[in-house]
Amino acid sequence: MKILVCISNVPDTTTKITFSLDGKAFNTAGVQFVINPYDEYALTRAIELKEAQGGSVTVLNVGEADTEPNIRKALAIGADDAIRVNLKPTDAFLVSQQIAHYAQEGGYDLILMGRESIDYNGFQVHGMVGELLGIPTIAPAIKLDVNGSTATLEREIEGGKEIIEASLPLVVSAQQPMAEPRIPNMRGIMTARTKPLKVVEPVGQDAKTSVQNYELPPAKSGVKMIDAENAGDLIKLLRNEAKVL
Amino acid sequence: MSVLVVIECANGEVKKSSLEAASYGSKVAAALGTSATAVAIGDVQANALASLGEQGITKVLLDNDSRLHDFVAAAYVKVISKAAESENSSVIVLSNSNIGAAIGSRLAVKLGASLATNVVALPQINGSSFTVRRGVFSGKALSDVELSSDKKIIAVKKNAVDIETTAGGTATVENFSADLADADFATAPKETIRQSGDILLTEADLVVSGGRGLKGPENWHLIEDLAKTLGAATACSKPVADVGWRPHHEHVGQTGITVSPNLYIAVGISGAIQHLAGVNSSKVIVVINKDPEAPFFKAADYGIVGDATEIVPKLIEAAKALDK
Ligand SMILES: Cc1cc2nc3c(=O)[nH]c(=O)nc-3n(C[C@H](O)[C@H](O)[C@H](O)COP(=O)(O)OP(=O)(O)OC[C@H]3O[C@@H](n4cnc5c(N)ncnc54)[C@H](O)[C@@H]3O)c2cc1C
Ligand SMILES: Cc1cc2nc3c(=O)[nH]c(=O)nc-3n(C[C@H](O)[C@H](O)[C@H](O)COP(=O)(O)OP(=O)(O)OC[C@H]3O[C@@H](n4cnc5c(N)ncnc54)[C@H](O)[C@@H]3O)c2cc1C
Repeated sequence: MKILVCISNVPDTTTKITFSLDGKAFNTAGVQFVINPYDEYALTRAIELKEAQGGSVTVLNVGEADTEPNIRKALAIGADDAIRVNLKPTDAFLVSQQIAHYAQEGGYDLILMGRESIDYNGFQVHGMVGELLGIPTIAPAIKLDVNGSTATLEREIEGGKEIIEASLPLVVSAQQPMAEPRIPNMRGIMTARTKPLKVVEPVGQDAKTSVQNYELPPAKSGVKMIDAENAGDLIKLLRNEAKVL
Repeated sequence: MSVLVVIECANGEVKKSSLEAASYGSKVAAALGTSATAVAIGDVQANALASLGEQGITKVLLDNDSRLHDFVAAAYVKVISKAAESENSSVIVLSNSNIGAAIGSRLAVKLGASLATNVVALPQINGSSFTVRRGVFSGKALSDVELSSDKKIIAVKKNAVDIETTAGGTATVENFSADLADADFATAPKETIRQSGDILLTEADLVVSGGRGLKGPENWHLIEDLAKTLGAATACSKPVADVGWRPHHEHVGQTGITVSPNLYIAVGISGAIQHLAGVNSSKVIVVINKDPEAPFFKAADYGIVGDATEIVPKLIEAAKALDK
């Protein structure tokens, strides 16, 4: 089985987000970038499937050269090879076009992604790639098994879950608890250095959205403390002052 | 030109998030000098749809093919794109749910449309420029995005826009069919497992959430009783789900579910940045924690310092005393 895992390069979850004074750009100075946490579930599950059933795992990132440390990290965790599409990912459709093109070229059975990219929170690349390739997308999946050319998945729905069987090829987006993310070991880190990382040029330039500016949400006005002895007063405040009950 | 609103239904009723989408869609239609039509799929009766007129919808297209009761992306996309075609829709509004995002993303490719998800405010329309404000960086920031294609798809974040109601408004309901084939249902669920009786976390106005400070699942009755008394949904922090005290679908935060209720009550949760990312667009946040230095107090509107096992019973008692 040939598996493609798409990873996005995002600010570490503890990052304090700030923007340039004109609000046009995200300040990346001092920011640590990581593999998108949801993509780690996808990557780990892909590696588990390969270990159990054979095949290969390729990671793909649409990004500029500064994403390579995290691509190498994915190789250290256990992917076999990697593709970087040399393009600043400024629009979800543009990113999806790249993924769909190289996915088609490689003839993968399974295209795994994360539920959403935690920087831009689009929650859409998996659907776009599925539509571009004319194959189904199951998102978000909390469980994935493959038997021959059939995948069995659990999808989270509001207030429950569904069990779905679908034929490959398929796009799947991963959500916890699909797999327990792995930390690269020393051997992984050593071998990652020599695994192939191919840099390819982008196809098309069809951005359909553009960010005009960023802003931080208004700050909270401060917390009102209620004495533990009179905890019940909170309920009255929530009704009469905050008007939420 | 028209605005098309996608209506999600559950248990015979229109979901609250779809009422928000309907209100939003009607206002966009008014700004564009056109009308708003809705397309409804799923388990719902015509009379529940007629009252969408109260949100300014003039006409509802209803596809009541029973195979559509479960969500199947390919089939839903076919119905909605056919509706968009027959209504000549230039703007499609849906809610930013798993279903809305799955439909929106496929539809955007199919129609060559610009898509914005997680949208929190009405668009700014200025001549040919059309921008929307959306949440980015997992609730830590907002961004204005220009949608440059002729067709635009907007997925509205839950509880971010008001539902406006004009009493007595009625929409006409028309049956609609997209002539679906069996192949459109290739990924239909084989089985659906629902937690019965619970309030849906993602749709809830009120949420009571517990963290590691509760010490173990044996204390969860505190969270459940408070939630039940208030009519709230229950949630938890990530480590609580990781150790299995609670199911994973209750885990909120950066790597779990994002909620934006009117009220979020956090009990025994420290307020790590990854947790806040999933809850910081709640309108009012209450924090109950025995440590006065817990970071969550900085993000809260109301706080109580104390032991959960002592505070929560007092809250339950006070909530029971409220006249409904
Ligand atoms: C400061 C900043 C500004 C940005 N501005 C924009 C913007 O204005 N518009 C915009 O669309 N994007 C922007 N991005 C890029 C964004 O991070 C994505 O790379 C891409 O746009 C898709 O984002 P999404 O949130 O829609 O992805 P989602 O649909 O949420 O992602 C789902 C999955 O798709 C895969 N995926 C997403 N992006 C990539 C990628 N680049 N390479 C490989 N796989 C990927 C991952 O598996 C991910 O889990 C910005 C990023 C940063 C850091
Ligand atoms: C990549 C990544 C992603 C993550 N994603 C998420 C996420 O999506 N969601 C999430 O929640 N976390 C997430 N985390 C974990 C996060 O960093 C915190 O570890 C987690 O939120 C802490 O959970 P907690 O507040 O329940 O536990 P703790 O941090 O242990 O806090 C327990 C709190 O309970 C208080 N307490 C103890 N006893 C009592 C008592 N008797 N009465 C009242 N209060 C009491 C303590 O003072 C303390 O403040 C993520 C971490 C990483 C690295």
